[in-house]
Amino acid sequence: MGAWVARNKWSVTLAAIVLVAAYIFYALSSGTALSMYKYAWSYAVPLVLCALVGVVGERSGVVNIGIEGQLLVSAFAGFFGAAYSGSLLVGMLSGIGCGLILGGFLAWTTVKWQMDQIIAGVVLNIVATGITSFYYKPGQVLPALMPHVSIPGLSSIPLIGEVFFKGTGVIALVAIVAVVVIHIGLFRTRWGLRTRAIGEYPSAADTAGINVIRMRLVNVTLAGVLAGLAGVYLSMDSTSSFERGMSAGRGFLALAIMIFGAWRPLRAAAAALFFGFVTATASQLQTEQIINVAPQLVGTLPYVMTLVVLAVAAGKVRAPGAVGQPFVKGDKS
Amino acid sequence: MPHPSARPEREPAEPVTPPAPPDSPAPGGPGDGPGGLLAAIFRYQSVVVILVALLGAMAIGAALIRYQGVNPWYAYETIFKQALFTSDGLTRTLAKTTPLILTGLAVVLPLRVGLFNIGGQGQFLLGAIAAAWAAYQTSALGVLAIVVGVVVGILFGAMVGSIAAILKTWRGVHEVITTIMLNNIAAGIVWWLVTGPFQAPNAGGIPQTHEIGEAARIPTVAGIPLGFGVAVVLALVCAWMLKRTTLGFRFDTVGKNRHAAGYAGIPINRVILLAMVFAGGLAGLAGALEVHGVMHHFEPAIAGTLGFDGITIALLARSNPLWTIPAGFLVGILRTGAAGLQFATGIAPEIVDLLLAITLLLVSIPVLGRWIFRSRAHKVSAASTSWGS
Repeated sequence: MGAWVARNKWSVTLAAIVLVAAYIFYALSSGTALSMYKYAWSYAVPLVLCALVGVVGERSGVVNIGIEGQLLVSAFAGFFGAAYSGSLLVGMLSGIGCGLILGGFLAWTTVKWQMDQIIAGVVLNIVATGITSFYYKPGQVLPALMPHVSIPGLSSIPLIGEVFFKGTGVIALVAIVAVVVIHIGLFRTRWGLRTRAIGEYPSAADTAGINVIRMRLVNVTLAGVLAGLAGVYLSMDSTSSFERGMSAGRGFLALAIMIFGAWRPLRAAAAALFFGFVTATASQLQTEQIINVAPQLVGTLPYVMTLVVLAVAAGKVRAPGAVGQPFVKGDKS
Repeated sequence: MPHPSARPEREPAEPVTPPAPPDSPAPGGPGDGPGGLLAAIFRYQSVVVILVALLGAMAIGAALIRYQGVNPWYAYETIFKQALFTSDGLTRTLAKTTPLILTGLAVVLPLRVGLFNIGGQGQFLLGAIAAAWAAYQTSALGVLAIVVGVVVGILFGAMVGSIAAILKTWRGVHEVITTIMLNNIAAGIVWWLVTGPFQAPNAGGIPQTHEIGEAARIPTVAGIPLGFGVAVVLALVCAWMLKRTTLGFRFDTVGKNRHAAGYAGIPINRVILLAMVFAGGLAGLAGALEVHGVMHHFEPAIAGTLGFDGITIALLARSNPLWTIPAGFLVGILRTGAAGLQFATGIAPEIVDLLLAITLLLVSIPVLGRWIFRSRAHKVSAASTSWGS
């Protein structure tokens, strides 16, 4: 623990400062602070999940531009699956299943067939838009609201417990667990070491006896589960409706967050929370009429912020070495 | 000159085989023999792949239409009849094709440099609204307002394109992310403008700008919108530029091997910037022409899915500017006919989105080509981009 703190002293210091500031704000006006933090977290949940999809993909050497499409189709499948079957569970499972299938599609085309990864992702997005806008039927409703739970014990912590563990949706809890599990997995397990190896230097990994192709296939496909969860969260938890194009660029925001988070799950989650908090602040200032900017312009804030963040962060972080390049066994590169 | 299909993309993938001159037998597999038809098919293999992809997409589309309870023959017949053989159908199709060719070119040019411009939508929107505003402000100039509107539209489109290029060259941010973000930002700005500062007071609360002056409207001559002529000429100019000029050579060199281009002394950053400025300008021009030639005002729905259709068109055209004309025309037919389709059969016009998506899927998956032409199984993909550098 001590060594870990010493290695990450800047991150830990920053986190501590943010935490103290958050508690001071909470002490000053608990109502406003709490609603803002809850808003920020609900905005951040799909971003966290999608950023994890990106992290797992790129750490294994596959760029996933198609997260947006996975998100959209999963939101669609989740909502209409639940609406037609009358069961939330069926909806959730079909959403997750769609995320998985599209992840598998992306993995197969880029890893097995060595299709250009960017083009494969963009094609996936366009196909997702086509399917969801053609089969969209207005006027459907969910059979019930998604269940919200409170974790006993944890939920009584002031602020943190209230935001993350009190009356929160299951998917938001899964997101927290997923961040921790994938972070530990990437940096502390054999799977993580191998994943990072095939993303940095696949031919070396291949020489060491790792099945690069199979590992990339499995990683990118299984990451689709997280994208599916994010989609289900969008259409069934944070709202209870599906709209055409409702993912609204979140898949790309998540990629920016992944870069901002230097391809590390914990930092990416922090970056997502930062995005959520800035958005919450803007909407709070808007409702209290402190700033008077047209809502259409406030709506572009996440996108502007993405550009700024990328312009600042891009030169400072390093992508996995082999990201974007298909691996051909025996091909020296 | 025979079919100028995707030659430039094919050559580097096969360093051993020199490109077959048009008259010599095409390099087929060992068992193929020198058959006339077969040789021809091999020579134009990418065209064949695209035709097979189109037919496949039509077949899948037919199954989907069938599933909706409509006779697919009737549906396709309706689309083509509406788009080509009604009184003003062809004119409307050509008018629809105009922006499609231009947004297609806006994807093709950066693709030659190895950039994937997803930002046609945003470049189009800002170009269109700037053109509508400029033309309205200068309506006293009469016909000259067309020039003002078009130039302003091009400039604004190019500006949006250059932002992505600058972020790419200066900070190394991937253009797919920046252009998508710029699309969303442009959509927000445009909505704000048409519901606020630029909203026409006499439109009854509808979010749109003032109608431009009568003189500033680009006419249709003998059933052919003049804008269509502009688009075709620009496609030819782009093809000429890429094939016959130093700049075109630089584009292709940067796109194929950035390191080699750097060693050869080609200013890579300037080439990237130019490609994105051209692309943005073309998309902005598409917006301006749409305002001047079709809508005569700006409203947010003007863009439809043009920017994304441009991607489909560019990949259908295998990033060859000349082929954007037939590809754009095909998409134009589908888009024009889809409105009549809904009227005749009740199938939502979004069927076209689905059809185009399936086409795009089949065109871009390299496996289709491999499956048809087993002898060239090592070929990877027609277009390729770069992540990172």
